[in-house]
Amino acid sequence: MTKTTVRVAAGQGFWGDWLEAPVRQVEGGPIDYLMMDYLAEVTMSIMQKQKSRDPNAGYARDFVPLIERILPTLVSKRIRVTSNAGGVNPRGCAEAVLAVARKLGFAGKVNVGLVSGDDILPRLDELIARGHELRDMDSGRPLSDIRDKVLSANAYLGMAPIVTALEQGADIVVTGRVTDTGLTLGPLFHEFGWRTNDWDKVAAGTVAGHIIECGAQSSGGNLLRDWRKVQGLANPGFPIVEASPDGTFVVTKHPRTGGIVNVPSVTEQLVYEMGDPHSYITPDGVADFTTIQLKQAGKDRVQVSGIKGGPKTPMLKVSIAYFYGYKAVGTLVYSWPEAYDKAKAADRILRQRLKDLGLSFEQILTEFVGADATHGRLAGPASPEAPEVQLRIGVRAREKAPVDRFTREIAPLVLTGPPSVTGFAGGRPQVEEVVAYWPALIDRREIEPGVKVEILEA
Amino acid sequence: MARKSASTRKRETTVQLRWLAHARSGDKGDTANVGLIALEPEYFPILVKLVTAARVQRHFNGMVRSVDRYVLPNLNALNFLLHGALDGGGTISLKTDAQGKVYSTALLRLEIPVPARLARKVVGSGE
Repeated sequence: MTKTTVRVAAGQGFWGDWLEAPVRQVEGGPIDYLMMDYLAEVTMSIMQKQKSRDPNAGYARDFVPLIERILPTLVSKRIRVTSNAGGVNPRGCAEAVLAVARKLGFAGKVNVGLVSGDDILPRLDELIARGHELRDMDSGRPLSDIRDKVLSANAYLGMAPIVTALEQGADIVVTGRVTDTGLTLGPLFHEFGWRTNDWDKVAAGTVAGHIIECGAQSSGGNLLRDWRKVQGLANPGFPIVEASPDGTFVVTKHPRTGGIVNVPSVTEQLVYEMGDPHSYITPDGVADFTTIQLKQAGKDRVQVSGIKGGPKTPMLKVSIAYFYGYKAVGTLVYSWPEAYDKAKAADRILRQRLKDLGLSFEQILTEFVGADATHGRLAGPASPEAPEVQLRIGVRAREKAPVDRFTREIAPLVLTGPPSVTGFAGGRPQVEEVVAYWPALIDRREIEPGVKVEILEA
Repeated sequence: MARKSASTRKRETTVQLRWLAHARSGDKGDTANVGLIALEPEYFPILVKLVTAARVQRHFNGMVRSVDRYVLPNLNALNFLLHGALDGGGTISLKTDAQGKVYSTALLRLEIPVPARLARKVVGSGE
């Protein structure tokens, strides 16, 4: 029988989010699904790097001990999980979850749904050979320009494999690069039996997913409006979508938690990372954010309705990560009086030395933290009375050598530059490898036949 | 901070957007987005009229390459795309704010002329 309300709760908004949140979501009140989003644009390349060193790695490792903590509650309350924690190794992640389930005595009682088929790294040459140029959506360059530098390539999958996994009895669905919104859409379409070409329902579920995919950022975290009045953020209530079969839903949070769910908190999340609001494109359809109606419907309850959508596009987005070069950032702190002028003088001296050494960089960027780092010239003139200013200087190059030499030029400024300088105890800056992001599009018919759903029993 | 504008000294005063709107920003590659949301529904038409793409482009002159604006009357919000704002963006950028998280607050510094009566009402409110 179709439920009249389905509750999807956000457990993680990114890899590194608050570890207590999923625990409190499953224990703090009734929910049907726990949705955990781990993948930002560059996360896949970090995971690919880890997998190249250790074939068992390549997924969000935090996910496994987390499931270990909450699995007894998940089983007793019949809460199901959707997560893209699988990264570039969803099978390794699924197997680790199964091992934990067996260890806790749930052998035969827990099914893990494994979604694969998003990873197209092994197929890249074949795809290029058959005429798929995979042009960078920003620069328009074809992928062949950087083919030898590619580290990972994953197509964004939508809700379809999640719906299939849930239909086949998965309790915990582990995926690779499924869209953040697909993790919420999947449960709603499974529970309500919506048709996947009911574009308004797709759009409604997409908006629901977007509202909760960044965790507490829609329930009082990072909320600018009246930020002093947001109470209890030591125990923030992560957002929960209470969806109805007609496609409307309420955003709320558990009782006895901090934060706030109101029209401003939901609106700030809606506009976060927004492009053209008329067409928010996902693999499942296109949502029109100018149709969303919000209404306060009680304390910490926002009613969302009116959402219209359009058909899915023939293309899927592909997230490609490639090796770009090297960068390093060095900092020093200068104190009152005339802290800003001292920091500026140090920057001039450092730049002269880099020049005299004949080092060449793609970019040298100086910021004065405490004066202009976040607002640039809009911050206005720096006060000569500033108690301290941090000089923050970064360099980027395609070659490692100049960046490496730069990291040795910060500390000498302490004894050979302007006075009243401190804050260098951290030692030499580290040279970082830059892995860059290359978004492209591909015909979905190249991807969808290869998407696989397996049900693995503990 | 409120300052009288030269042209309409008697009836209008300039105020920073922070007194009329709240905002949040994010990124897509080298583009930062700023969603600007009216604090009260009655401020929204003022934002629509005065916070144009051209004005925002002038505000960020030298910091961004170009600006697109979208209107969301249902949310009393405007969405701005600030292209070329992030030194390459993502992992390439050397900026503290590589992902444009606080570009929103930089937009709230923009000063626009509003009726003096409204300026008196909003400046300093909520603090």
